[in-house]
Amino acid sequence: MNIKILGGGCANCEKLEANAREAIKQLGMEAEFEKVKDPKQYSLYGILKTPGLVIDEKMVSYGRVTSVEDIIKLIQHQI
Amino acid sequence: MLAWFNDQFLKMQWLYDGVEWLVVNVFGLSLNDRIGASIHFFIYDVIKIYILLVVIVYGISYIQSYYPPERTREALKNVKGLFGNFLGALFGTLTPFCSCSSIPLFIGFTNAGLPLGVTFSFLICSPLVDIASVLLISSFFGVRIATIYVLTGMTLAIVGGWVIGSLKMEKHVEPFVYNNVMVQLDEQKLTRKERHQFSVEQALDIFKKTWVYVIVGVAIGAGIHNWIPEQWILLVLGQDKWYSVLLATAVGIPMYASLFGTLPIAIALVAKGVGIGTVLAFMMSVTALSLPSIIMLKNVVKTKLLILFVTYVSLGILLIGYVFNIFL
Repeated sequence: MNIKILGGGCANCEKLEANAREAIKQLGMEAEFEKVKDPKQYSLYGILKTPGLVIDEKMVSYGRVTSVEDIIKLIQHQI
Repeated sequence: MLAWFNDQFLKMQWLYDGVEWLVVNVFGLSLNDRIGASIHFFIYDVIKIYILLVVIVYGISYIQSYYPPERTREALKNVKGLFGNFLGALFGTLTPFCSCSSIPLFIGFTNAGLPLGVTFSFLICSPLVDIASVLLISSFFGVRIATIYVLTGMTLAIVGGWVIGSLKMEKHVEPFVYNNVMVQLDEQKLTRKERHQFSVEQALDIFKKTWVYVIVGVAIGAGIHNWIPEQWILLVLGQDKWYSVLLATAVGIPMYASLFGTLPIAIALVAKGVGIGTVLAFMMSVTALSLPSIIMLKNVVKTKLLILFVTYVSLGILLIGYVFNIFL
């Protein structure tokens, strides 16, 4: 599984990444994390408000720091 | 009725009286005494700003959760001319603003085909006239000054966007903003519970980010209020000094602080007789422009447009400052 965190590296992006890592841990899964900080790159996903969460190239949440529980649901939904 | 609401809820007369009682009866100090007055100013202002911050940000965030940027983008897509700039500025006040999001907003709006001028009206207005900060200004300076702040701030944004639109600056935007094919996401549907959650998060987040600034701001304010002689301040920032607005704006532009931390300084300056125009210029320059936001904007626009933007906003703020010092 590939997880991308979109956003310029502000506090919210860090929080979202921490939540996503925790979600993966709780699910007992493995994932490769990527931070997409360059506006040229992350704007391609259509995000208007950072941070954004992309799981296996699918945009699953944007404009907010999604909670660990919600990320778990999103991942389960995705599989 | 509006005055009563403003006095009790926004100015918090009850808190003022309560802290006065504490300082006089518990600490045994007088409000006519420098130390007593400083302590009163400090306790009252810090508590007041904390209460306002949490309550106002919660309430405003709830309203703003109905205006996500995706909705704003759709609303602004097909408007033209000065009315477009007006709508851009209006939505700027409604859309929740975060300085780290001005870049994705700019890219997304421009790529979706919004006129450049409309996007700039939005971008100028969004940090400058934010509903939460307007309520704060109202609580410290009254409804009249808050109204003036909103009207001049919006005018600055409308005219600025109109100028940038008329000058056809599209070629000074980094080409990738136009050329890349970008997804246009839909607005996320939120339940009432999610709106509540979002608003609580916003309130806590802003509290965590600003509580230190509030204490520092209030401490500086209390220092100015009671310890720095009025003549000194008026010598530098007095209404009769032609350079007062210039100085206030120049100090404010590179500063990256929230209005919550700036207000106590502003109120202390007004109490010392500094002109309202000078103080407005200071507050506007702190919120509208900052070094980090200018550096971020450099990623998406070329130098010429960036210089036009910074120069226009700075001159506009100076003008507002001088006009209000003359007429108020």
